[in-house]
Amino acid sequence: MPLILTGDQQMIRDSAEGFFKDEAPVSQHRSLRDSKNPEGFSRNVWTKMAEMGFAGVLVPESHGGADMGHVAAGIILEAMGKNLSAAPMLSTAVLGATALKQGTAEQQAKYLPLIAQGAHLLALAADEAARHKPNHVATTATPSGNGFKLNGVKGFVLDGATADTLIVAARTGGETDDKAGITLFLVNPKADGVKIDKRSMVDSRGAARVTLADVQVDGADVLGGVGEGYAILEKMLDAGRACLAAEMLGVSGTSFTMTVDYLKQREQFGQKIGSFQALQHRAAHLFCEVELARSATLKALQALDEGSDRAPMYVSLAKAKAGEVAILASNEGVQMHGGIGMTDEYDIGFFMKRARAAQETFGDAAFHSDRIARTLGY
Amino acid sequence: MADLETFRAETRAWLEANCPPEMREPIRDDDDVCWGGRGVKFKNEAQKLWLERMGAKGWTVPEWPSAYGGGGLSREEAKVLSEEMRRIKARSALSSFGIWMLGPALLKYGNEAQKLEHLPKIARGEIRWCQGYSEPGAGSDLASLRTSAEDKGDHYLVNGSKVWTSYADKADWIFCLVRTDPAAPKHLGISFLLFDMASEGVSTSPIKLISGSSPFCQTFFDNVKVPKDNLMGVPGKGWDIAKYLLTHERDMIGGSDSTGGGQRDSVSNIAKRLIGLDAAILADTALRTDIARHEINALAFGLTMERVLAETKSGQGTGALSSMLKYYGTELNKERMELLMSIRGSDGLVWEGEEKGEGDLARSWLRSRANSIEGGTSEVQLNIIAKRVLDLPGA
Repeated sequence: MPLILTGDQQMIRDSAEGFFKDEAPVSQHRSLRDSKNPEGFSRNVWTKMAEMGFAGVLVPESHGGADMGHVAAGIILEAMGKNLSAAPMLSTAVLGATALKQGTAEQQAKYLPLIAQGAHLLALAADEAARHKPNHVATTATPSGNGFKLNGVKGFVLDGATADTLIVAARTGGETDDKAGITLFLVNPKADGVKIDKRSMVDSRGAARVTLADVQVDGADVLGGVGEGYAILEKMLDAGRACLAAEMLGVSGTSFTMTVDYLKQREQFGQKIGSFQALQHRAAHLFCEVELARSATLKALQALDEGSDRAPMYVSLAKAKAGEVAILASNEGVQMHGGIGMTDEYDIGFFMKRARAAQETFGDAAFHSDRIARTLGY
Repeated sequence: MADLETFRAETRAWLEANCPPEMREPIRDDDDVCWGGRGVKFKNEAQKLWLERMGAKGWTVPEWPSAYGGGGLSREEAKVLSEEMRRIKARSALSSFGIWMLGPALLKYGNEAQKLEHLPKIARGEIRWCQGYSEPGAGSDLASLRTSAEDKGDHYLVNGSKVWTSYADKADWIFCLVRTDPAAPKHLGISFLLFDMASEGVSTSPIKLISGSSPFCQTFFDNVKVPKDNLMGVPGKGWDIAKYLLTHERDMIGGSDSTGGGQRDSVSNIAKRLIGLDAAILADTALRTDIARHEINALAFGLTMERVLAETKSGQGTGALSSMLKYYGTELNKERMELLMSIRGSDGLVWEGEEKGEGDLARSWLRSRANSIEGGTSEVQLNIIAKRVLDLPGA
């Protein structure tokens, strides 16, 4: 497959870019934050996203989805990154849909149409330690009745406070860091013993600490095989990581454009600061870095669509590179804006906050460098 | 598609029958690379035979028109040829600035007589070319060059000096930027001249580099008479050709591996061999982090080359990307060589030793430092990106 967007994908890009610019621009992100919106996103925008087919981007047509694939999902996330649009796209449309596609026929029929309609929100409750390590699962699932009892604490659950269903990784066997013995459960957050502590994050997105105390689930709530949840978890995470890479590419894109525009306006020493070579070279270097991040991200999304064996390697490449570049682009953005870049009134700081949060989510550049090295055998 | 598969089968059979076994061995020494020319010294009969056979088919320049000694192949056919050559690890039959640099410019700017005169000899490796661009006083500011070509009615009289002329002491002809109009603004008084290095008044002096080798010369022109027919393109418009050609040169330096032969081994594979693993992890964990970072950039850069090519082919091109590829590719290659030096540790410092090949790494490392200087420095590439792509105001 050539490493470019197809005609259809270019059309999706154009409509997604127009949609988020009009419906969920940076100013909306600001007002959501300022009004301390309890959900952290606009339900109205999410409903429209479902109408556009975005919520069902990875849901098969047989379940009412648009089934446009990962490249399309990435295109949507990139447009969201450009505008800092907040919506449960990643948790529900990417992670949730990827997970439920691995479910039983009953689970698929129950959840997938609701995901595509934007009528049901999901959240992944996997991470326990502050640094991402998906095989580190101390939460236990012990046999109880015709199901299991869950006990444990999930420290960083994205969109955990707004979810209608939590996808919880718990251990039914093996040791704390084993990949085998992890099982995924579909858990109702309103069930007895589930405690949700909302945590507002630096990027004003919603996350929660989820405490599970003797939460009873039955056999029908198991997603995939007992003890075989890790493979599904990896699938979910890789789809999420590639889409986060795309979102960070959008964050880099706007940070970069804002900064270059500022270099052309701001005058000091009697000239545009963009005429100074010290800043020109940094901007030109950044341009190259963003181009590299774009190539890596597109490759990862294509590899997921192709179901390639090398997809995990390319996903880590994309997450590592796009993460590093988003941090660089937003940091350089603040620095080159000077004092005004430090003000809350100016938007560039929002991009720096989002870049940092996205970088830490599902493994940062260091995590993914390590994963690439292991994949390449060193 | 069926035609292409037929072509592949025929190509495979021809290569099988005509590529000598010695020419399928990896390149080990400088004299394994054939540069052709009047004074060519073939390392062995196989090298000579391989050049003759490939030259006769025009496959040294597969995509050039057959009327000019090329293979007349389509882009797709040339790709098949290159794949089939890689399949049997066939060496390139001919390395040549005529092929990489002058040829494309001649095809675009040369007149019919010049094309017929020069292109077939380039294709067959009969004439070896060198490039006369930089001067002692004109490096990054190339357009300030002062080598003059004075109009003497039936000929130009060339005076001046060029520097960093690669293999000038071994070249038969030179393509040279000269000033034909000293009164014109600096970019407009330049012309593109072709002449024989055997002409009276031409002399060369090799320059010894930090890597110990002398691939470059300073070249002197003292009242050299050049026929007026040897001017390529339009007098005073040589800068356009120079820019076109520099783009080619940048793509070459940035895109290809400058070690010259075949597929390169990855830094991590070399590290694995020399340092070894400990519980499936490179035994030197600090170096492992640096290597992984480098390989991420190298992989992302490779994908960017792939994407730029695909965009160009489909007309989605973003333009002015050759500066990006040159800048990033050369910086990456330097980083690669720094890492290889670290991996080898004190063994990498050996300059001369008992065993064959000792000292190669240190020399290659030193050579790589020139990547971001030749063909326009990294800083010049960043200037070009800032100006042409980002449209930032001029200083």
